[in-house]
Amino acid sequence: MTKKPISFMLNDAEIGIFVGEGAPLIDELRRNAGDLTPKQGCNQGTCGACTVLIDGVPHLSCITLAETVDGKRIDTTGGLAGGPNLHALQDAFIQGFAAQCGFCTSGMLMAAKALLDANPNPSRDQVIEAISGNLCRCTGYEPIVDAILAAAARLQGRAV
Amino acid sequence: MTIHKGRGFACINYPIGMNLGGDPSQALVHSTPDGKFMVALSSIDLGQGMKSVTRQIASETLGVPVEDVYVDTADSDTGPHCMGSFASRGTHRVGNAVIRAAAEARKQMMEAAAEELEVNATDLDTDGAGNIHVKGAPSKSITIAETAIAAQFKQGRTLSGRGIFLIPPSEADPETGDMTPVTCFAHAALVVDLEVDDETGEVTVNHINSAYEVGRALNPKLVEQQLIGGAWMGVSHALYETTEPNYPARDHGPEDFNTYLQPGPGQIVPHDIAVLERPAEDAPYGGKGPGEMCANPVLPAVANAIYNAVGVRCDYLPITPEKVLRGIREQGGARPQAVRA
Repeated sequence: MTKKPISFMLNDAEIGIFVGEGAPLIDELRRNAGDLTPKQGCNQGTCGACTVLIDGVPHLSCITLAETVDGKRIDTTGGLAGGPNLHALQDAFIQGFAAQCGFCTSGMLMAAKALLDANPNPSRDQVIEAISGNLCRCTGYEPIVDAILAAAARLQGRAV
Repeated sequence: MTIHKGRGFACINYPIGMNLGGDPSQALVHSTPDGKFMVALSSIDLGQGMKSVTRQIASETLGVPVEDVYVDTADSDTGPHCMGSFASRGTHRVGNAVIRAAAEARKQMMEAAAEELEVNATDLDTDGAGNIHVKGAPSKSITIAETAIAAQFKQGRTLSGRGIFLIPPSEADPETGDMTPVTCFAHAALVVDLEVDDETGEVTVNHINSAYEVGRALNPKLVEQQLIGGAWMGVSHALYETTEPNYPARDHGPEDFNTYLQPGPGQIVPHDIAVLERPAEDAPYGGKGPGEMCANPVLPAVANAIYNAVGVRCDYLPITPEKVLRGIREQGGARPQAVRA
């Protein structure tokens, strides 16, 4: 397979890697760029576990060609925390027991971050809509929705 | 078109584990040189909280802070034997094994500390904050880290423990068939309120009320979360999940994650739970664990509620709109049962 050089921003770090033509972004992120936070679930663009933000918009990295992100910015769960300080979403997920087996959590966090970046004060229905592309088999979704609303409130400086 | 309301009830007595051929689990505990403790298990955490609850149990038994306990469930090749994470057995079987292993490690830890403090081990106690002190004289103390260092580098001993919990095989009496297949039961009762559309056959679950008796809730938030998530699985199993087509052609049947139907975040059913704590005698700190029982009673309660709403008795799952509609047509229309207030 021909390799192609690309460069992009990965969570504030500039990355330059050779990617296989036709290789899925998730494989290059995990094996080549060394970011293991996007999770590979169904590998067919359905479960949402691999969700990353490309220029702020959530994408399924398992069905995105790596070569298409040249020059773009990618955000993953690996860049959410600021040093020792967890992102408000991560903190709310922990406090609200929004993860059980944790496999969907990474994708849920990125879907939620895209929502809150665009709409800091979402309604419950908007949260449901935002995570409707992400499957969770453990929690029954309710604690995840609650955690995203709690994080939104905290980021807005409101009491939960 | 009419929307019919229905209410259904189910209750459950659920066995913890199984012992037809014997039901063992093992645990090994050892300290690192800096006084942290590793718990080695082959019991897998598949999202139910096995790691969290065994960590709490080991911490409580050892008398060390929970932050200083690590649970490793990585590999059934290298770990001690476990029958597995199934049959709702984890908390009860593995928890009991962890208590035994941790108790043996604690005994060695106290003996090592006694040697350092030049006192009798029976005069020592832990404070749960990382120190071992002489009972009644908290100032005469040694940290667990110092104890572990002394044990390994000076005394030449390990702070470790082995634990196994075995429910022995229960043979059936050849004459009567009498046997004791389980030692411990958990219990629950659950009420489902739903609506059935008699034109489309669609069922919408509106509310679940449940009461669970799971022994002592060793981690109440985890118990609550497992019950909420498990009830969601129950609703999913009762109404949605099938690889069979709903319509004659296989083309329209679900073949993969894309089309396998499950309720999403937009179909969350509000669920009020009462957890009753009746610590079980032979359970680790009284905890039996919710396990599979958190999904099971939802299914018959949904089936009963649909019968209550439209008089259709579905006896195989999932109860798809097609089955409901066929049932309604066969009996010549919806036949709501007793009216509910």
